[in-house]
This record gives sequence, C-alpha cells and structure tokens, in this order.
Amino acid sequence: MLNLVANNSTVTEHETVPVRIKSGPSGPKPRRTLSRRNIVVYGTLIVVALYYLLPLYVMIMTSLKGMPEIRVGNIFAPPVEITFEPWVKAWAQACTGLNCDGLSRGFWNSVRITVPSVIISIAIASVNGYALANWRFKGADLFFTVLIVGAFIPYQVMIYPIVIVLREMGVYGTLTGLIIVHTIFGMPILTLLFRNYFAGLPEELFKAARVDGAGFWTIYLKIMLPMSLPIFVVAMILQVTGIWNDFLFGVVFTRPEYYPMTVQLNNIVNSVQGVKEYNVNMAATLLTGLVPLTIYFISGRLFVRGIAAGAVKG
Amino acid sequence: MTGQTRGSARPNQWLRNLNAKIASIPMILTAVVIFVGGTAWTVLYSFTNSKLLPRLSFVGLDQYERLWAAPRWLVSIENLAIYGFFSLIFSLVIGFVLAALMDQKIRFENTFRTIMLYPFALSFIVTGLVWQWLLNPQYGIQSIVRSFGWTNFNFDPLYNSDIVIYGILIAALWQGTGLVMCLMLAGLRGIDEDIWKAARVDGIPMWKTYVLIIIPMMRGVFITTLVIIASGIVKVYDLVVAQTSGGPGIASEVPAKYVYDYMFQAQNLGQGFAASTMMLVTVAIIIVPWAYLEFGGGRKRA
Repeated sequence: MLNLVANNSTVTEHETVPVRIKSGPSGPKPRRTLSRRNIVVYGTLIVVALYYLLPLYVMIMTSLKGMPEIRVGNIFAPPVEITFEPWVKAWAQACTGLNCDGLSRGFWNSVRITVPSVIISIAIASVNGYALANWRFKGADLFFTVLIVGAFIPYQVMIYPIVIVLREMGVYGTLTGLIIVHTIFGMPILTLLFRNYFAGLPEELFKAARVDGAGFWTIYLKIMLPMSLPIFVVAMILQVTGIWNDFLFGVVFTRPEYYPMTVQLNNIVNSVQGVKEYNVNMAATLLTGLVPLTIYFISGRLFVRGIAAGAVKG
Repeated sequence: MTGQTRGSARPNQWLRNLNAKIASIPMILTAVVIFVGGTAWTVLYSFTNSKLLPRLSFVGLDQYERLWAAPRWLVSIENLAIYGFFSLIFSLVIGFVLAALMDQKIRFENTFRTIMLYPFALSFIVTGLVWQWLLNPQYGIQSIVRSFGWTNFNFDPLYNSDIVIYGILIAALWQGTGLVMCLMLAGLRGIDEDIWKAARVDGIPMWKTYVLIIIPMMRGVFITTLVIIASGIVKVYDLVVAQTSGGPGIASEVPAKYVYDYMFQAQNLGQGFAASTMMLVTVAIIIVPWAYLEFGGGRKRA
C-alpha cells in the first residue's frame, strides 16, 4: 500500500518534469488543476454545494409561481410567469387564526424582542466573562461550572418554574418576560465565549493596566472592550440569529399578539383550515429566514472566524 | 518589576473581588435560581399529581409509571435515540470529510464555506417547512423522480410512520453539518504544518495520517463538537413541530414535544414534569461521565 502510493507519485513527477524543463522558467505555469485528486475534491464539493443550495432555490422558485403552475409543474422548474403576489400576501394578508394581517406583525414583534435581548445579554455576559477571565474570586469557577452544566439541562425542565417566576414579577406573556428569558438562556454560551476570548488576550496587557492603577471597570471599558470588538460582533451575530430563530420560548412565554415571527410562520403554514397555498407558504418562510440570512451573508467571514475562535479554545 | 509595584500598590483583596462579584450577580442568579432551583422544583413536583396548577400533593412514582406505560412516550424516546445516534455519527463523519476536502488548499474556499454554512443561519422552523415542501409526495422529490419514468419510486418519509424520523434527520443534517464542518476545519487549521511534512517524509498515506495522527490531535475539537451536537439533539422540538407536528399519528413525537403538550395544552402538569425529569436523566447519563473525565479526574490539559 505504502509502496504503491510512493510509486504513483514518482511516476507522475517523471512525466511532468521534462515538460517543465523544456518550457523553461518563462513558460506558462504548470497546470496542476486537473490532477485526478483535484477532480475528486472539486467534484465532491460542487455536488455537496448543490445539495445545500437546492432547498433555497426551490423556496425562491416556488414563492414566485402562481398556484396553478405549482399544481401542474415540478418544484425545480423556474416559474414560467413570475408573480410577486405570494410575497405581498405572506407579508400583509396571510391568516393566523382570526387575524389576517400577515407576517408583518410577527416581524415587528421579533424586532422588538431581538434588539433589547441581544444588547442586554451581551452586556451582562461580556462583563461576566471578563470577571471570570481576569478577576477570579473564590467560588467563581463553581458558579461558572454550574452555568455551563446548566446549558445542557433541557429547557423543558426549567420552563415551568420560569413561568411562575415571571408571573410573580407580573411580566409573564409580555415582551419583557421573553427578553429576560433570552438573556438567561444566552448566558452560558456567551459567558463561555467571552471568558475564553479574554483569557486569550496577552496577560501583560492586563497586568500593565493594573500597575498603572486601573480598576475593574476602567480596564473593561478602556482596554478589553476596544480590543475585543470582533468577539462582540461574533456574539451579536450569534444572538441575533439565535433569538430571531427561537420558537419554543416565543410560544411558551408570550401571548398570541406578541408571537415572534417564527411562531406566526408556523401557524400560517401548518394551519389546517383552508386550501394550502404553497407559494404563499414559501414566501413567508423566506421572509422569516431573510433576516438571519442577510446577517450571515454580510458578516460571513466574521461568522466563521468567530465560531472557530470560540470553539477551538474551549 | 511588576511584582514590586504590585506589592506596594495592591488594592484591598476584598474590594478587588467585590467588583467581580457584582459583575457576576446575573450569572450567579441564573445558575443558582434558574438552573439549580428550577430544576429541583420541577423534579420535586414530578412526584405530585398536579393537573392544571402545581400542587404539593405527593403521589410517589405514579406519574413515572403512567409515563412509561404511555405509547406516545415510548415512541418519543425511540425516536430521540434513533435521531440522536444517526445525527451524531453523520454530523461528525460528513463534517470531518467536508473539512478535510476544504483543507486541500482549494480555490473558492470561501464560496464553498458560505454555501455549506448558510442553512445554519436559518431557524428549525424554516428548515422544517422547506423540507416539508421538498418531501411533499405530491409535488416534491418523489413526484419529480416519478416523472422521469421511475413510477414505482417511493420517497415519502413524512407520510410513512416507519421512516418519518429519517425525514426529520435529513432536514437536521442539512441545517447542522455546515457548522460541524467549520469547527473541524478550524481544528485542522490549528494543526502544525510540520506534522504533515513529517508524515509525508515518512511516506504515510494521507488517509492514514488523518486517522492515526490528525484526528487524535483534534481530540479537543471533537469533544467540543460532540457536546454542541449532543445538546442540540436533546432540545429537538421546533424542527418536528414545523415538519410533521409529530405525525403521522404519533410516529415522529419527541420527548421535548411530549413535555410541552402535557404542560401547556393537556393541562396535566405532573406528566409534563415527570417527562421533563426523564429528559434531564437522559442528559445526565450522557453528560456526567464526560464532565467527570474533563473536569473531575484532575486537570490534565494538553
């Protein structure tokens, strides 16, 4: 096996070497792109990429067709006649229960849930992670361990006690209640993210600031914060997509008039009444996915870099 | 140098910790009140016969006996086991293979990565609804293949109770493998180039280098990934709600849905608490040995 591989490589080298010598250093670069290995690599990746793109393509195509065309055609065919009516209907007229004002209501609810939740959860978790990384106190590791282990407790176990707590506070069913819940459940992953990031910063920096007499908040605001903008962006991306995409908490902790977009979407598409309008459903689905997708495509590289940074150090 | 300055200007130990403690109050509250307190509360009330409202009238293990006699619960557990097993295996294998392919110094790496990771930005609800449409037997993949002339082709996982959980698995893998690929790729990039050079000099074939050298070196990444995937598996709820609503019949029910339905719809809190406690036990069986190995058995960091 070993010999075989070695032989193969020498053979191919022998074949290419004379060509290279003849053409000389001024000739075109030797083309290596068509080696068998590259065909396999690129071929596989292209097939995989097509598989990943397929659902998005089908969603877009379906949402631009009229119902008659959907009934006779196949889902992969591009629309013969492009219509934006399903989009308009999904946004402004689709029905959930008695309300027929479309997904727009859910959209604005989601905005009102996501923005404060993201800001509050990140503010709390970053200070917390900083305290854990640089200002360890007795028992801090214990609480942190409980927090991280707690991240594995299924939400279902804690939902009802939280309902009771929120009810006692008088915010059960409101947006405030839901924001608190998002802050609580975002805490483990965010704290971990920030703690790891801050712990990875050069310690000399922190020590130097201490020597210069800076305190807890000064170091956080003047040194840690400016140095860690990437991780804040990462945390923001994580939270915006996470909270926007949440379904369970929305269903449990809010009243129907405050339902976030995902819940409303599910109610529209999976409603048993009426004729199924697949084009409207797909338009509504796309609309709901649009916010996280936009964030993802804009921040693509940071998204990836963040995931990598957060994960490998952990 | 620093030691001397520190020695003279050292702030009061207690005061220094105070700020950090204040900053940690939300964490402490969450950890103690919600995570520990809430969990204990639910476990305690799972031994009561609470119906519409939580009441402290203990009935021993009644709720658990009823739970394990319920066909719907047994189906849920079975589904979770199948789904969990395959989703772990496939995520790790597909994720690693894709990462290895991406690590071959290819062109358009960013494009490929963007394409593979975008489903991860979508919610389970969106994922579930798209795949519900793709797997629709009347219009979706089945009808396309049949229109090519293969009229006996059957692929309707969402309407066939024997394989419905695999239909959900397909959607879940579409959504999640991109993330696993990214984590693995980051791990691969963290490996010293010299390792590869050394392996090449020794004439070790590439696949062998991966299996025998690279993967063991990526132990940390694998554990992180495993933990991320596993915690996602137990929480699976939205995907099922969107894709099948637990159907056909009860064929694609999962524990998380059982809990929700009993707590908030059937108004049978006791059952919901007992079921959620069982979910907790399931997680504990997986997590405790891992946590013990990672944190308990003396800190051994590589």
